[in-house]
Amino acid sequence: MELISPTDYAKDKISAVQDYCILAARSIGNLFQRPRYFGDMLQQADLIGVGSLPIVILTGFFTGFVLALQGSNTLQRFGTLTLIGHLVALSMVRELGPVLTGLMVAGRNASGIASELGSMQVTEQIDAMRALGTDPIKKLVTPRIVATVFMLFFLTIISDLTGLFGGSVVAKFLLRLDVNQYWSTAWQALVIDDVIMGLLKPPIFGFIIASVGCYYGLNSRGGTQGVGRATTQAVVSASVLILAVDAVLTRILMIAFVGYR
Amino acid sequence: MPVLAPTPSPVGIATETASAIVFQNVSLAFEDHQVLDDISFHLLQGETKAIFGVAGAGKSIILKLALGLIKPDAGRIWVLGEEVSALPEEQLFELRRRIGMVFQESALFDSLTVRDNVAFRLIEEGGTSPEEIEERVREVLRFVELEHTVDMLPGELSGGMRRRVAIARAVISRPEILLYDSPTGGLDPVTSTTIVELLVKQRDVYHSSSLLVSHRLQDAFTMASHYFDLGENQMRPLPPGGQGQVAMSFLVLREGKVIFDGNAHDLANSRDEYIREYIS
Repeated sequence: MELISPTDYAKDKISAVQDYCILAARSIGNLFQRPRYFGDMLQQADLIGVGSLPIVILTGFFTGFVLALQGSNTLQRFGTLTLIGHLVALSMVRELGPVLTGLMVAGRNASGIASELGSMQVTEQIDAMRALGTDPIKKLVTPRIVATVFMLFFLTIISDLTGLFGGSVVAKFLLRLDVNQYWSTAWQALVIDDVIMGLLKPPIFGFIIASVGCYYGLNSRGGTQGVGRATTQAVVSASVLILAVDAVLTRILMIAFVGYR
Repeated sequence: MPVLAPTPSPVGIATETASAIVFQNVSLAFEDHQVLDDISFHLLQGETKAIFGVAGAGKSIILKLALGLIKPDAGRIWVLGEEVSALPEEQLFELRRRIGMVFQESALFDSLTVRDNVAFRLIEEGGTSPEEIEERVREVLRFVELEHTVDMLPGELSGGMRRRVAIARAVISRPEILLYDSPTGGLDPVTSTTIVELLVKQRDVYHSSSLLVSHRLQDAFTMASHYFDLGENQMRPLPPGGQGQVAMSFLVLREGKVIFDGNAHDLANSRDEYIREYIS
């Protein structure tokens, strides 16, 4: 294995961050320039959003299900099993809904975007697009980012709801609790700040998923092996970035909303 | 004999205004490998220049530099009067719409049908009605004799057919310059001849300026010794002594440098040992 000097390694990484920032900035800047490719945005919204619906519903449902199961154990010890709806609602809406939906969509779509654009890159289709006078960032990157940002927002709401539904199934059939009480405590537990905190995150996660997928796809080198490598790197980077940004964002939002200091 | 494309002035004395493409002292290196080393040449309006050299000599790089897809390390490049080596990417898209490029591996969009591939530029530019786009697509597909493939995907076509669709995609907007990257590479002799005939037709009927990268000398010599007879809709050999009446020149690269820039006659009679060995 060839050893790389630490200076060259640092330069490579800084250059990659710089390239990513330029790509992200240009993709946002393109929103204010014509042409805007609304058709491509709708197509991507269908592929990314509607296509991710089954996986998001299943993830949400089973997360809420397991959360209720695990939570019931502890709550039972304190004799507060009836607060299971409270626990599931707060956990899903504030944290698990946005993060798990982000991670699932990253697994499905950051890889899909990276492999699609990567294949186009290694077969010169991206160069052909530039040669035909079309900006690939406008045509390929911006529509994917817009679609992912919008669709992740709605997917997270669906995930939150199916998570609450998963918890209600446990409450009714395994814990033998009154379902109305479950939904009532869940509803009462949530305040507007929780919902805002939970729904501010998905658009940012959506931006990370699509921009990271596009970055690795457009920088694929080395044929099919390079496309495979780009796909893996896109999923890993997007997932780690989502978790890291979530940690920072949660802290900032907790400071921003009175009562969470 | 029908009227052919205007004969260019002797290579070497053209002015920049008469040139479609000008390379001036252009150098490019990838890491430690010097690909192009201080090369200069120009392509006259209406002329086709065939570029030769061994694999890795930097032939395809010249086409990408002309399109502004990559930037030179040193030197200046003008295309249709614009200095592409100095323009930012955003300003190059407008210029690229006046240039057609046929990539080595065709580079067709594999998820789009032949119709959508060929119509891509017209759809992107806007302002053309769907009926007119359909008419233009069918017209250029007839030009490359592939009208029946209009609803097919690139994956369903043979290598030669893909190359011809790529030519159709490049010429649909009637560009002022055409760049061909090994359009006959890896094809059988019959398909190669069909493609050479298309290039000759493009040169003599539409008077496009072209850079042709190729490994096959015989293709370029065929282009230099034939003209397109529009009446009979086929390529015909020039009459004896007719060489030089078609706008065709040759450029030979060796180790990143231009070692020959001239017409077919001068190339065939070159005393340079490397060139003699190359063309033998």
